[in-house]
Amino acid sequence: MWDWDYAAEVTGILLKAIPNVLLATLGGFVLAAVLGLAFAALIRSRLTIVRNATKAFVHFIRSTPLLVQLFFLYYSLPMITPFSMTAFLTGVLGLGLHYSTYMSEVYRSGIDGVAKGQWEASTALNFSKRRTWFSVILPQAIPPVVPIMGNYLIVIFKETPTLSAITYIELLLRAKNEISVSYRVFEPYTITGVIFIVGSLLMSLAISRLQKRWMRKRAA
Amino acid sequence: MLETVLKWLPFLGQGALVTVKITLLSGVLAMALAMLSGLGRTSTFALVRLIAAGYIELFRAASLLVLLFWVYFALPIAGVELSKTWSAVLAIGLNIGAYGGEIVRSSIQAIPSGQYEASIALNLSPFRRLVQIVLPQAIVRMLPPMGNLWIEMLKSTSLVYFITMSDLTYEAMILRNNYYNDTPVIFGLLLLIYYALSSCISLPINWLERRMTAWR
Repeated sequence: MWDWDYAAEVTGILLKAIPNVLLATLGGFVLAAVLGLAFAALIRSRLTIVRNATKAFVHFIRSTPLLVQLFFLYYSLPMITPFSMTAFLTGVLGLGLHYSTYMSEVYRSGIDGVAKGQWEASTALNFSKRRTWFSVILPQAIPPVVPIMGNYLIVIFKETPTLSAITYIELLLRAKNEISVSYRVFEPYTITGVIFIVGSLLMSLAISRLQKRWMRKRAA
Repeated sequence: MLETVLKWLPFLGQGALVTVKITLLSGVLAMALAMLSGLGRTSTFALVRLIAAGYIELFRAASLLVLLFWVYFALPIAGVELSKTWSAVLAIGLNIGAYGGEIVRSSIQAIPSGQYEASIALNLSPFRRLVQIVLPQAIVRMLPPMGNLWIEMLKSTSLVYFITMSDLTYEAMILRNNYYNDTPVIFGLLLLIYYALSSCISLPINWLERRMTAWR
C-alpha cells in the first residue's frame, strides 16, 4: 500500500507546487486585507444607500461558496465583460473578495474598539475625513486586530486547493496530474494532506510567536 | 429566458436536495464531534483532554478539499470504501466538528467560575452541574458562532462537486454544458440559490438568538 521510494519521489514533485500555493495565498490575503478595509469604511459611510449596499454585498459574498464565486469569475465574467483573467488572477481575486468580507468584520471590531472621544476630538480639531481615518482612527484600530488577521492567512492557505477547479496548478492539481501518470493514489493524496497539515501548523506557530512579540511591543 | 430558467429548475431543485441532505448529515456528525471534543477539552482526565485537543488541532489544520479527496480516493486503497455521500459526510463532519469543538470549549470556559462554585456549594453532581447549570448558559453563547459554522458547512458542501456528486454546483455545471451561452445566468442563479439556502440557516438562528438573549 505504501511505497517509501515512490513517496519520496512524489514529495519532491509536490513540493515544487509550493511556490504557486504561497503566491496565491499571499495575493489573496493582501487583496482581502485591502478590500476588507474598504468595506469596513464603506459600512460606516454617512450615506444610507452606501451603507446598506455594502452590507448587502458583504453578506451575499459571505453566504455563497467560494467555489461558485470562482466559477462565476472564471467562466462568466469573460462573457459579460471584455475582461478575461488567467487562472491565477481569478484565484487571487476570488480568494481576496471572499475573505475580504471576513476581514471587514475583523476591521469593524477594531474600529468599534476606538473610543468615541477620538472621533469627537477629530471633529473638534476640524480634521478632514481622510485625516481622521488615517492619522487618528486606523493607527489605533488596526494594531489590536493584526493577530486575528493572521489567522485568515492560514484559512486562505488551506482554501487554495479549491483553485484547482479553475485549473490553477497548485498542490492538489499537481497531485492529480501525478496520479494520472503513475496510477498510484495513496501516496500523492496522503502527502498532499500532510503538507497542508504541517504547513498550517507551522504557520500558526509562526503567527502565535509574532503575536506574542507584537503584544509585548504594544505593551511596552 | 424565463422559460429556459423554468426548464432548469427541476435539475437545480434536485441538486439543492442533495446539498441540503449532505449539510444535514454532516451537521449531525459535526455537532456530535463538536460537543464531544469541546467537552473533552474541559475534562478532568488528561488523556481525554489530549485526545480532544489532538482531534481539534489535526482537523483544523487539514484542508477540507484534500481531506475529501483522501477519504474518497485514498482510503479505498487502505481497504475502507465509502460511498460518495458518506465520504462527503465524513470529511465535512470531521473538519467542521473540529471548528465546532473550539466554539464549545470557549463557550464553556466563558462561564464565570462562580457558577461552578455555586454548583459545588449546592452539592450538585458533576453531571447535573453540566446539564443544568453550565450547558444552558453555554448554549446561548454558542448560538451565534454555531450559526456561522452551519453556513460555512453549507458552503463547503459545494466541494463535493469535485468527487462528482450531483449536488447543486454539479447540476449547474451540467446545465452549463448544455446551455453554454447562458453561463452567466446559470452561475448567477446558482449564487442566488446558495444565498437563499444560507438565509434558511441565518434567519432562524438570528430569531432564536434574540429570543434566548431577551432576558439580558
